[in-house]
Amino acid sequence: MEERYLKLSGLEPLVVTPDSNFVNVGERTNVTGSRRFLRLIEQGDYTAAIEVARDQVEGGAQILDVNMDEGMIDGAKAMTTYLNLLAAEPDISRIPIMIDSSKWEIIEAGLKVVQGKCVVNSISLKEGEENFIQQAKTIRRYGAAVIVMAFDEDGQADTLARRIEICQRSYTILVEQVNFPPEDIIFDPNVFPVATGMDEHKLNALDFFKATKWIRENLPHAHVSGGVSNVSFSFRGNNLVREAMHSAFLFHAIQHGMDMGIVNPTMLEIYDEIPKDLLTHVEDVLLNRRDDATERLLDLAESLINDQKERKVEVKAWRSEALQDRITHSLVKGIDEFIELDVEEARQAVAKPIEVIEGHLMTGMNVVGDLFGSGKMFLPQVVKSARVMKKAVAYLLPYIEAEKDGKQQAAGKILMATVKGDVHDIGKNIVGVVLACNNYEIIDLGVMVPPEKIIETALKEQVDIIGLSGLITPSLDEMIYIAQELKRQNMDTPLMIGGATTSKAHTAVKISPELDSTVVHVNDASRAVTVAGSLLNKENAPLYKETIRKEYDVFRAKFLDRQVTKEHIDLATARSRKLKLDWSAFAPQIPNQLGVQVIENQDLDALVPYIDWSPFFRSWDLHGHYPAILNDPIVGEQAVDLFADAQVILSEILEKKLLKAKAVFGLFPANSIADDDIEVYVDENRNEVAATFLTLRQQIKKREGKTNVALADYIAPKDSGQKDYIGSFCVSTGFGTAELAKQYEDANDDYNAIMVKALADRFAEAFAEYLHKEVRIKHWGYAANENLDNDALIRESYKGIRPAPGYPACPDHLEKNTIWELLQVEKNIGVTLTESLAMWPAASVSGYYFAHPEAKYFGVGKITRDQLESFSERKQMPIEEAEKWLRPNLK
Amino acid sequence: MTAIEKALKERILVLDGAMGTMLQAYKFEEEDFRGDRFKAHPSPLKGNNDLLSLTQPEAIKAVHRAYFEVGADIVETNTFSSTSIGMADYAMEEWVYELNVQSAKLAREVADEFTNANPHKPRFVAGSIGPTNRTASMSPDVNDPGFRAVTFDDLVESYSEQVRGLVDGGADLLLVETVFDTLNAKAALYAIDLLKEENNWDIPVMVSGTITDASGRTLSGQTVEAFATSVSHIPLLSLGFNCALGADQLLPYLRRLSKETEAMVSAHPNAGLPNAFGAYDQTPEEMRDLIEKYLEENLINIIGGCCGSTPEHIQLIAEVASKHQPRKIKINV
Repeated sequence: MEERYLKLSGLEPLVVTPDSNFVNVGERTNVTGSRRFLRLIEQGDYTAAIEVARDQVEGGAQILDVNMDEGMIDGAKAMTTYLNLLAAEPDISRIPIMIDSSKWEIIEAGLKVVQGKCVVNSISLKEGEENFIQQAKTIRRYGAAVIVMAFDEDGQADTLARRIEICQRSYTILVEQVNFPPEDIIFDPNVFPVATGMDEHKLNALDFFKATKWIRENLPHAHVSGGVSNVSFSFRGNNLVREAMHSAFLFHAIQHGMDMGIVNPTMLEIYDEIPKDLLTHVEDVLLNRRDDATERLLDLAESLINDQKERKVEVKAWRSEALQDRITHSLVKGIDEFIELDVEEARQAVAKPIEVIEGHLMTGMNVVGDLFGSGKMFLPQVVKSARVMKKAVAYLLPYIEAEKDGKQQAAGKILMATVKGDVHDIGKNIVGVVLACNNYEIIDLGVMVPPEKIIETALKEQVDIIGLSGLITPSLDEMIYIAQELKRQNMDTPLMIGGATTSKAHTAVKISPELDSTVVHVNDASRAVTVAGSLLNKENAPLYKETIRKEYDVFRAKFLDRQVTKEHIDLATARSRKLKLDWSAFAPQIPNQLGVQVIENQDLDALVPYIDWSPFFRSWDLHGHYPAILNDPIVGEQAVDLFADAQVILSEILEKKLLKAKAVFGLFPANSIADDDIEVYVDENRNEVAATFLTLRQQIKKREGKTNVALADYIAPKDSGQKDYIGSFCVSTGFGTAELAKQYEDANDDYNAIMVKALADRFAEAFAEYLHKEVRIKHWGYAANENLDNDALIRESYKGIRPAPGYPACPDHLEKNTIWELLQVEKNIGVTLTESLAMWPAASVSGYYFAHPEAKYFGVGKITRDQLESFSERKQMPIEEAEKWLRPNLK
Repeated sequence: MTAIEKALKERILVLDGAMGTMLQAYKFEEEDFRGDRFKAHPSPLKGNNDLLSLTQPEAIKAVHRAYFEVGADIVETNTFSSTSIGMADYAMEEWVYELNVQSAKLAREVADEFTNANPHKPRFVAGSIGPTNRTASMSPDVNDPGFRAVTFDDLVESYSEQVRGLVDGGADLLLVETVFDTLNAKAALYAIDLLKEENNWDIPVMVSGTITDASGRTLSGQTVEAFATSVSHIPLLSLGFNCALGADQLLPYLRRLSKETEAMVSAHPNAGLPNAFGAYDQTPEEMRDLIEKYLEENLINIIGGCCGSTPEHIQLIAEVASKHQPRKIKINV
C-alpha cells in the first residue's frame, strides 16, 4: 500500500507515521475540562492562559487542544483572541492546534486565524449528510485535518456494528464525495463506560477496540483517537481503580491501532505498576473475559475503598491531640460529631465562655479562612465548617447569656438582600454564611426586598456594607436604582454586587458612575471575605476604595472602547431577511391533545434521571461538567463529597415526598402574523384569538444570505394556509422548598438549607426537560419515535425547542404575563409572578414549545429603537414602560 | 490534463524575470503613470507599477515580449499588488478588477503571438498574486500581539476579486507568490478553491513561499516542511520559493522542499543579494552557474528569476535548463 502520512503543522511539522508513538493531545487549554482555564478566560487573564499552553508544550503535548465551549463566554471571540496570542509565542505555536468545539461558528473562527495545518474536533453525520459534506468541504478548504465522531442521524454508535457502519459511511462520503485526503481523517469511535452493571454495556470497551482495529484495517490511511477517561465513569470517586482502567484501556487501544488521544496524564497509572490482581480484574471487564467480571471488579474496588476507610479510622488518632488542634480539626474538616464535647472542655478551661468563641473557635476559623483564601479549601467545605461553628456557638450561647457579659465584637455589620422582584437567593445565602464564619454580623433581609426597606434598614442598623444579589435581568436595573437612592440620601455605605446576571462590566459601566461611594462586584464567596475586610480596614480602606474606583474607571473606559460597534439594520430590513421556511412542503403535526392540561402532583422519582448536575456544582462555585468534574484534579474530591451529601438530601426528599411538583401546559392552534407575532386561537376554527405572543427579531447586520430570526419565524404564517400549533408551559418543584430550608436553617444547618434550594432548582429544570419529552412523544406527538439519553437531552439534540422568556431567544420577561393568562397558571398550580416578573416559588420554569424541525435556540442580541417602538405599539404599552423592560436589549 | 501539465512532464519550464527592474529603464514620471485617464486622481500614482497596465500597456507588453524572446515559457502578469488591500495606498480600490483583467489580457496577447509563431513551444500566462502589505498571523504592533491589521475574511474578499479578474482576462494559471505569512496564502487558496468550485474552473495553481533569512524560516516563523504542509490541502501544480535570497542561499531549502512535496518544484531566486545601494549585481553567468547546481541535483521543474534578474539572466538560465531533465515527482499509484 502506498504511504500517506497524516501531516500537521504549527511553526514546525508533525508527521504521524506507522512508526510514530502514540500522539499526546494536550487538554488543559479547554474550558470544559479545566476549571482553572475557564476562570482565566472568563476573567480575560490571557497572559496566564497562555502559560497554561506553554506548560502543556513543555510537558510533552504534541498537539494543543483548545476549547472555548462555555455558555458564559463568547466562544468565537475567545477562540480568536487566544489563538492570535498563541501565534505570537514561537515556543508554543511550534506545535499544531486542535480546534475543539461543538459549535461550527467557533470552529470556523479558529480556522481563520491559524497559519498551520490544524485538526478540527469534531464533525459527524448527526445532522445529516448535507451538513456533514458542507462542513468537511469547508474544513478542507481551510486546510485542516478532521476528527469524525461515530454519530449519525439516529444517534451515537454504541455497538460494534453501528460503529463500523457509521465510520464506513463517513469515510466513503469524505473520500469519494468530498475528496478529503483519507490520511487527514481521524475517527473517534466513542469511548463509553464499562462495568455499569448493565448487560448492554459489557462490550463497550471491547467494541471500541474491535472498531479501532476494523477502522485501521478497512479504512485505508485513516487514524483513530478517543477520550480515554469516559471508560471508567462507573468508578468515579475511586481513582485507584480508574487510573488502572485508563492505563489498561490505553494499552489495549494502542495495540488495536488507536494512534492519538486526549489523555490526562495525572489520571493514568503506569501499566506495569498496576497491581497484578487489579489488572486482571480490570482487563476481565475491558475484554469481557468472564460473565461475572463486573461483580468481581466491584467487589475488589469496594475492598480497596475499605482499605482506605480503615486508614481513615486510624486517622481518628487526631482525637488524642491537644484541645485547640481538635477544635481546629473539626472546623477544617467540617466534623460536628465531637464539637460540643470539645467546646465544653474549652469552656471549663477559660474564665468567661465568650473566650471560647474569641479564642478557640476563631483560631480554628482563621485556619479555615486562610485555607479557603489560598484555594486549598472549597466552598462546600467552608459551608460545612460554618455548620460546625454555628453548632458550637449555639451550645455556648446559654452560658454567655447567663454571664451577661455582652456579645463579642463583630468585625462589621453587613446587610444582604436579593433585590425587589427577584426571588433567587442561593448565592446570596452562601456569601452570607461565609461572611458570618469570618466574624461579620449579617442582617439578611431575604428575597424581593424593596429599595426603601434596604435603605431604611441600612440607616437604622448603621450597617458597614450593603450586599445586593439578583439573578434575572430586571434586577440589574433595581441595583442601579438603589445606587441612585444611596447617592440621593448622601449615604456612603459601600455596595457589594453579586448574582448570576451581574458582572464586573455592568457594575463598572452602569452602577459605579451612579454613586460617590464604593461599589465592588463580588461573584464568589471567597472574594467576599477579602473585599469586606479591605472595605472595613480602618487604615487601608481609603486607599483600597480609591484603588477600586480607579480600577473600575479604567475598566469602564477600556470596556466602552473595546465595544466593537456592531452594525444593526432597521426592523423593516430585518423582517425582509426573516427565516423563510418552506411552508408549502411542510405539514405541521396536529397535536394529539389540544387545550390546557394540569399535572397536580408529579412523581419526583421519574424526574431524577433528567437532572443536569453541572449547574448544581456551579451553584457551589465548583466549575466543570458532570460527571467529569468528579475527577477534576483540583475540585474532584470536593465534587464527590458534595455529590454524596446531595444524594442524602435527595433520597430524603424522594422518600418523604418533601417537595411537590406541579405543571400546567397547553397546546394550541396558532399562526404567525405581521412577521413577528404569534396568534394563538381558541380552537381549530381559528376565528377567536386567545392570546398573542410578541417575539423580538434579531437586528444585527449579517452577511448576505444569513437570516435575522425571530421565534415567530418557526410558526406558519397565517397567509401560508398551513394550520400550525404552539405550546406553552409552566412547571414548578418549589412547593415545600421554603419550609424545608427553614427547618434546616432553624437547626443551624445552612449547608443543607442551601442544598435543598439548589436541588429544587435542579428538579424544576429536570421537570421542564421531562415534560418537554412527554409533549414531544405523547401529547403533541411530533417526535413519537424519539430515543435520546439524558446527555443528548442536555446537549439539546431533540427536535423542536422550549425557549423561556427572559432567556436569549426571547429576552423580554413580559410574555410571561401572556402565558399566565393563557394557561391560568396561578389558578391552576399556584405559581405567581413578582413585579419584576420573576416566578415564585423560585424553582419554576416557564416557556413555549415550538415543534418545527428547523427550530433552533438563538440569541436576539441588541435591538434598535424602531423595534422598541413597534413593540410598544403592538403591545399597546406606553413606550417608556416598554423601554424599561427591553432596556437590557436596547442598543 | 492541461497543456502546461503536459509540457511539465517533458521538460523544465522557464519562468520570466523581474518586471520592476525592466520598467525602471523607461524612467516613467508621475504624468506617465497617470496617463490621460487618471489625470485628476487625488493621490500620487508614481510607483504604482501595476497601474502601468492601464496607462502604459505597450511598455508592459514589451517586457513580456523581451522574456518570451529569450526563451521563457511562462510570464507573470503585472498584478503583484493588484488587490483592494494593495491598491488602498493609491486610493485605487475601485479599479482592481479592471487592473487584473487588463494585465492578464496584455500577457495573453503576447503569449498567443509567440505560441502561434511556434506551436511546438506553447507559452503560458501566470496570474501573479502577491502577499499584500498586511499580515494575517502577525501583529504590526509589538505591544499588542493579539492585534491583526487584516483578517482572513478581508483577504478572501480581496483575493477573490483579483482572481476573478485574472481568470476573466485569460490567465492560464495562478501563482500565489512571495508568501511571507502562510495565513495570507491560505486565504488566497481559500478564495481560489471556492471560485474554482463555483465556476467549474480547471485552472492550475502554483504557490511560492519566501524564506526571509538564514534562519531558514518564513517571516511568520514556519520551517520549510511546516510551510509545505500548511498549503498542500488543495491540489497544487507546483510549490517553490522565490525572492529574498539568491540562488546559492536558497539551495538547501529547495533540497528539503523537493523531498517534502508531491507537487512540481519551482524556484525564482533573486539575482544574488542586494548591494549597499539596493541594486543587484550578480551577472547572468554567475546566476546561471548557481542554478545549474539545482539542475544537476534534479530539484527543479520550473525555474526563473525574481528581483534583479533581466532577460539576459533568463536567456542563460533557459539555455542551461534545456540541457537537464526535470525533477521526477513521487508517483502515487
